[in-house]
Amino acid sequence: MAKIKSLEDLKKKKDDLQKKVDLRERADNPENYVQIKVGMATSGIASGAKEVMDFLIDALEKRNIEAVVTQAGDMGYSYAEPTIEVKRPGEEPVVFGYVDTKKADEIIEQYIKRGELVDGVLPQNYRTIDEE
Amino acid sequence: MAKNKMHLLVCGGTGCRASASDSISESLKQKIEENNLQDEVQVIFTGCFGFCEQGPIVKVLPDNTFYTQVKPEDSEEIVKEHLIKGRQVERLLYKDPDQGEIIHDSKKMGFYKKQIRIALRNCGFIDPENIDEYIARDGYFALGTVLKEMSQEDVISEIKESGLRGRGGGGFPAGLKWDFAYKNESDQKYVVCNADEGDPGAFMDRSILEGDPHAVLEAMAICGYAIGSDKGLIYIRAEYPLAIKRLKIAIDQAREYGLLGEKIFDTDFNFDVQLRYGAGAFVCGEETALIHSMEGDRGEPTFKPPFPAESGYLGKPTNVNNVETYASVPVIINKGAGWFSKIGTEKSKGTKVFALAGKVNNVGLIEVPMGTTLREVIFEIGGGIKDGKKFKAVQTGGPSGGCLTEEHLDTPIDFDNLIAVGSMMGSGGMIVMDEDDCMVSVAKFFLEFTVEESCGKCSPCRIGNKRLYELLERITQGKAEKKDLQRLKNMCSVIADTSLCGLGQTAPSPVLSTMQNFWDEYMAHVEDQRCPAGSCKELMRYEIIPENCVGCTACARKCPVGAITGERKQVHEIDQDKCIKCGACVQACKFDAVIVK
Repeated sequence: MAKIKSLEDLKKKKDDLQKKVDLRERADNPENYVQIKVGMATSGIASGAKEVMDFLIDALEKRNIEAVVTQAGDMGYSYAEPTIEVKRPGEEPVVFGYVDTKKADEIIEQYIKRGELVDGVLPQNYRTIDEE
Repeated sequence: MAKNKMHLLVCGGTGCRASASDSISESLKQKIEENNLQDEVQVIFTGCFGFCEQGPIVKVLPDNTFYTQVKPEDSEEIVKEHLIKGRQVERLLYKDPDQGEIIHDSKKMGFYKKQIRIALRNCGFIDPENIDEYIARDGYFALGTVLKEMSQEDVISEIKESGLRGRGGGGFPAGLKWDFAYKNESDQKYVVCNADEGDPGAFMDRSILEGDPHAVLEAMAICGYAIGSDKGLIYIRAEYPLAIKRLKIAIDQAREYGLLGEKIFDTDFNFDVQLRYGAGAFVCGEETALIHSMEGDRGEPTFKPPFPAESGYLGKPTNVNNVETYASVPVIINKGAGWFSKIGTEKSKGTKVFALAGKVNNVGLIEVPMGTTLREVIFEIGGGIKDGKKFKAVQTGGPSGGCLTEEHLDTPIDFDNLIAVGSMMGSGGMIVMDEDDCMVSVAKFFLEFTVEESCGKCSPCRIGNKRLYELLERITQGKAEKKDLQRLKNMCSVIADTSLCGLGQTAPSPVLSTMQNFWDEYMAHVEDQRCPAGSCKELMRYEIIPENCVGCTACARKCPVGAITGERKQVHEIDQDKCIKCGACVQACKFDAVIVK
């Protein structure tokens, strides 16, 4: 194994390894990052939620966007699967329906990067107990 | 590299391993492979999470799901439900002891809310057997910075400025200690890590070594550079096999990367670490005794001065610090002394790890800023007293410390405040007691420990503590007289004044502090031969209430010594001379007719 000879060596090594613990570090302070929940109930998976999730993780990393992508249970919008909920830091979450990889790409480019809404936003039809 | 969607952190601390967490980790891996998820989910066997009460713990990230009391059989359900379908396994989630509410996100657990983790920063977060994970968390950057950019004086003044004080118990400023060792010139100096954790109930040093061994190695190298030493020694008790194993792995990995060994970071600095094993004697936590034990002599303390910084291991200048102290050092270098000294109180900076034990709901390992109150620790982090009982006292500082009561609950915890109220920080053991604990017995318990652990070199400790123990035993048996209490007090002060080392000097502390805070309880034992907490067996008396007894004979049949007599359907009686106070009759009676007095 190569010896570490300088701070630069160490820095390089750390950058290579950073990805290993990125997910854990972000999970420690999720509110500072873009949080995406992918509805992964049976109906979601059947309509392709798994591919969308894989795409999101992959694309976000390639485009250097720090985000926490988690899978969630059924969000209740069975007519519009796959659904994802996106929460930009400090903002209210927005739910998008009928998300395929193309839509996901649009969401990343327009909403996550620039905060512009795209078609396919679902009206929030519930309140969560956290708000009560 | 495969894209991991999820990380499963399985606790690999000694506590959770005792409940089969290694087979949980194995079976999770197996189920994940069966379901073809190995590219998406990574299982990491980490150090201690601190939440030992509810172990074994499995944490799922990034959604911060916190599963408690997991069994190997549960892994199938976790994989099928949570990993595949995204549904948390409700029955394994942590339930808040107060409200009985299920907590879905570990960030909302009262146990973690108040904590700041510096020494424990990587415990339960990284795989301790993998140096790469440590490097990914800024590991060895502090060492690199120190070697490349700082002079020896810079390092020492940084540690001085941070206000870091020794976490092993004494609270001596670490920077000052380093400075002494630096200034004493010699051809050879040593850096020693004291991992001989001996307080009953304390396990923070073990957890740090098991969960983040590289942090200690890195800090020792930094210290080596600062004081001018190229040899590090870790004195660890052989009773910590897992910590030893992980340390050995860590040392090998660090050598492989050239982070230990010769010409570290391509400078002229050489440093290597070796392990020295102790046989688990409490007195060897005292630095002079520890050094003698390492030299192959008896583990007996000698008079200071000379301090180890002057003449330590093999007569050479030696710096001895405790595990937790070292574990804080890399963070201080990385984040700066100013950052560290902002945390804590005026004279005690940073955070302190406590091992919370006894009658609290959340037994475990916690790290809080200095200045947090006992109330916050016991009631908010600890989740309050078990079974809704009343808080009575908390013992801090192990066998050298004292008991604190209700009135001390709002005292901010730091080195000086605890001494001011008659206890001490010690290494951070905290044993919580409720109304059922007899304080005389508590003092007796700690004294039994000191008597056992006394090395026997000086007579006040060897003989005096034995006599103290005997007096306490007489009190708990109801055989003591009032003048014995005065004798007890006198003896305590003589032992404290005349013993050779810290072990003997502080041995009477539990007696003195319980006498001071619970004088009534001592008096009740002596004057009325009564134990108010109902815990001293010899002072207990089982009696039958005639009004409640229906003469069912259940108790008489259960009594192992035939102490209970009475005809069927007649009131029964207990012969006090025969009774051995086993309590079987209380359990047998369905009519609440047997009571304990």
